[in-house]
Amino acid sequence: MSQIAFEPWNDPNAKPLIQFKNVTKRFGEFVAIDNQSFDIYEKEFFALLGPSGCGKTTMMRMLAGFEAPTEGTILLGGQDIAPFPPNKRAVNMMFQSYALFPHLSVWDNIAFGLKRDGKSKDQIAARVEEMLKLTRLEQFARRKPHQISGGQRQRVALARSLAKAPKLLLLDEPLGALDAKLRQATQFELMDIQEKTGTTFVIVTHDQEEAMTVASRVAVMDNGKIIQADTPQVIYEAPASRYVADFIGDVNLIDGVAEARKGAQETAPAEPEAAKQAEPEAAKLSEHEAPAAASERRVPQPNARGKWLHDKLFRYILGAREDAPKQLPPPTPGESEAAATASRPDVIAPGGITIHWAEGQPPLIVSNGDPALAGQRVTLALRPEKLGISKDRPESANALKGKVIDIAYLGNLSTYHVELANGLMVKAQLANTRRVAQRDITWEDEVWISFRETAGVVLSE
Amino acid sequence: MRRATLILLPYLWLLALFLVPFVIVLKISLSDIALAIPPYTPTLDFSAGWQGIRNFFAGLDFENFVFLTTDDLYWKAYLSSLKIASIATFCTLLVGYPIAYGMANAPDHWRPTLMMLVILPFWTSFLIRVYSWMGILSTEGYLNQLLLGMGLISEPLTILNTPVAVYIGIVYTYLPFMILPIYSALERMDGSLLEAAEDLGCSRVKAFWLITVPLSKTGIIAGCFLVFIPTIGEFVIPSLLGGSQTLMIGKVLWEEFFNNRDWPVASAVAVVLLLILIIPIVLFQRNEQKQREAEG
Amino acid sequence: MRRLTWFNATSLTLGFAFLYLPMLILIVYSFNESKLVTVWAGFSTKWYGTLIQNDAFLDAAWVTLQVAVVSSTIATVLGTMAALVLVRAGRFYGRTLFSGMIYAPLVMPEVITGLSLLLLFIGIGLDRGILTIILAHTTFSMAFVSVVVSSRLVTFDRSLEEAALDLGCSHFDAFRLVTLPIIAPAVISGWLLAFTLSLDDLVIASFTAGPSATTLPIKIWSSIRLGVSPEINALSTIMIAIVAVGVITASLITKRASLRQQADERAAVHV
Repeated sequence: MSQIAFEPWNDPNAKPLIQFKNVTKRFGEFVAIDNQSFDIYEKEFFALLGPSGCGKTTMMRMLAGFEAPTEGTILLGGQDIAPFPPNKRAVNMMFQSYALFPHLSVWDNIAFGLKRDGKSKDQIAARVEEMLKLTRLEQFARRKPHQISGGQRQRVALARSLAKAPKLLLLDEPLGALDAKLRQATQFELMDIQEKTGTTFVIVTHDQEEAMTVASRVAVMDNGKIIQADTPQVIYEAPASRYVADFIGDVNLIDGVAEARKGAQETAPAEPEAAKQAEPEAAKLSEHEAPAAASERRVPQPNARGKWLHDKLFRYILGAREDAPKQLPPPTPGESEAAATASRPDVIAPGGITIHWAEGQPPLIVSNGDPALAGQRVTLALRPEKLGISKDRPESANALKGKVIDIAYLGNLSTYHVELANGLMVKAQLANTRRVAQRDITWEDEVWISFRETAGVVLSE
Repeated sequence: MRRATLILLPYLWLLALFLVPFVIVLKISLSDIALAIPPYTPTLDFSAGWQGIRNFFAGLDFENFVFLTTDDLYWKAYLSSLKIASIATFCTLLVGYPIAYGMANAPDHWRPTLMMLVILPFWTSFLIRVYSWMGILSTEGYLNQLLLGMGLISEPLTILNTPVAVYIGIVYTYLPFMILPIYSALERMDGSLLEAAEDLGCSRVKAFWLITVPLSKTGIIAGCFLVFIPTIGEFVIPSLLGGSQTLMIGKVLWEEFFNNRDWPVASAVAVVLLLILIIPIVLFQRNEQKQREAEG
Repeated sequence: MRRLTWFNATSLTLGFAFLYLPMLILIVYSFNESKLVTVWAGFSTKWYGTLIQNDAFLDAAWVTLQVAVVSSTIATVLGTMAALVLVRAGRFYGRTLFSGMIYAPLVMPEVITGLSLLLLFIGIGLDRGILTIILAHTTFSMAFVSVVVSSRLVTFDRSLEEAALDLGCSHFDAFRLVTLPIIAPAVISGWLLAFTLSLDDLVIASFTAGPSATTLPIKIWSSIRLGVSPEINALSTIMIAIVAVGVITASLITKRASLRQQADERAAVHV
């Protein structure tokens, strides 16, 4: 972690490339964008994420110049772009359908924008060759768009929109037309090209996984408003609202009333080996998810073993989990702490709140909740992979009794649908580190759902 | 600016060469015949100022339309046109449906060829296609020669210059207009629907009536209108094949204009013909609209 | 795969026999030696010879060709513009009237179109001749062009034009460099349709032609009113042959193009 993090949005001196200032866009009565202000910085890979009709495409089309804001201004490099029609803007767009000109060859498609600039033949040829090389399309230059595959078409569209070296590249659902496997490979290619060219990218997508993978920041949109704009880690681990928590990934939402926690509990120092045995499977998972963080913190044996197990065994059985660790962000302090204390269920961090969520059930202990919320209705958001499931009552800050209703086997993971005492259904996700046949938890079993006091996020709405 | 030019050029062309001529027809239909050039009164005299315009409007009346109702030639011609068009449309449907059905059920690699065979006559001169039946249907024509030769008849049949010849001519020339919409409706039909119907206990014939026909309804309706509407005003077919017995309004208009040189009455005939046509045209448009909405 | 049943085979055979026998008979009897068209008297090409020497027919054919080329070209330009207006221009004052006028000639009986145009030409004192036929043919065939072109424009992906603008094109350049080449097949079929309609038209031409210009259909009409003639049979044969060659060539070209495209697409998947 010697590299300085790329976080211009946290730098008060950084000048934004794009500024939306109180932008509103109406189509007749319909409000597509509702008084939004935000900045995008140079070299960012900014994702607009949301369901269809949330206004993300309108946002992009305003940047490209195909729509004009009803109110407010959009600045590009400090200059109002309203007077510039799309063909006069240093902004290029990669269209969802790619919009490759079917009557022109790959070469001519890429050269199209350069020719409009009245560049010399040699300049154009040099730039086109450069783009072909960047997107590894050299051998397809003479082909027509219908003579190449979908993935290649996607790269032609990218090359064409990058050829004019725009200050800003807009990508409208750029990978929507590709199949799942190709999409993953292409995501990394996009990130690679973005880094190489140093262009600012704004991507519109409804696919949260895609946004999380490629973007430096993700703006989650709903009904013409940006609900939260943050790094993928923050969006996932610390969603600001129920909507965001629900939209990104799977989540269990438990409603209740908060109460400030009284006193802190003292704990004994860590006993890793002993803890390992008593550990429910959840702990293994969280180690597995953040091995780098854990080892850095010098949490001894289990992590190294888990890593070894993964490298030597699981990756062959379960296929590549390699990608995920590679792109995993540096851990946030909370995360590292969770990893560090994961193997010590008897240690319960002090402070925070408890949440009363059901009659006759013990309140949930949430050490990262704000005591100021006491007395309010709150929602605890818990990611399924942060839950443990076991037949015996585990030594954990929170343990809830329930019954297994359904098990979804997903290959590398299994999702358990567990009905809690008050009828609430929760999902717990476990890595399939053992063969299914050897699994001891099955349908209709009475089980314990457990999670740490720091596993969830408290949302008050 | 750009948009305005784009709109104005075709707009002005159509105003000048479609709408204005039509207003002139309307106006002349309200005028009186005269032995002059042009052969009708009143003419609009702008040089006389307001008085001229007032005289002009005072000179207009519905006399020609009254005349159309008193002389039974005209309403008989209108009725006969409607009758001939209806019968011919029905015959075209009877001939066209099996062809469209056969095409839709032909092996895939045959279809482009069959399609081309249906379209080819459409590009061929209409006049020549009508003309080709004159030689076949005449008293000493090929059909009579064949039937006499086979001993099926002892006297040549009189077909040319009867309504039957007109029906044959209409069916022949308008057949592609019936086949194509029905074919496109049938072609889109999912073959498993028939299998499902048979699976549920329908006989083949019953499945045809209960599944295929209703699903090709839009094609049938479109085809019928495409034949019916132009047939009402048809001139060439009744003139060449129908002889003097066959009354059709298009022919009447032509003769009124070219032979009798009665421009006001010819114009009145045109106006009434158009009024009659409005009903099927509106129905046709509604059918198209419904189809578009159904396809969404 | 659908198989040809007995019923379908019969209906197709009878149907196409009905469509093609009359023309076939016409062609066969154009090679008849006898002047009596219904009596076969041996093979001869003499009627083609007399046809070629008939100046009246040749003149009429020349006039018809001029009218068809000029009117279909103007109709294609205007019809394409009208299609762009209908599909793209959105709302404007008088739009309903505009679309009504565009589509009306499709359903208007030819006798009415012919009559009304004639009355206009007389009203403004325009001498009837080639010019008036061209004006008349342009007016009614632009409706057909705009139907063909607008049905293509409806499915045209607007983002192609937006991409062109985004890459620095002016609106006109975007139309010239992107839209037009892509809708070209529809524009060409529109032109061909207008051309054929003009070649074919008898009624409107009869109203709008003057003594100075006679078109081929008018000429054919005046001679077949008197009955079947071997010369007309020969002329018909030539016209049918030209159309058949044209249509078959066109369908072979499209078939080859679509086969090639399929092959390309298959190949692309395996690259």
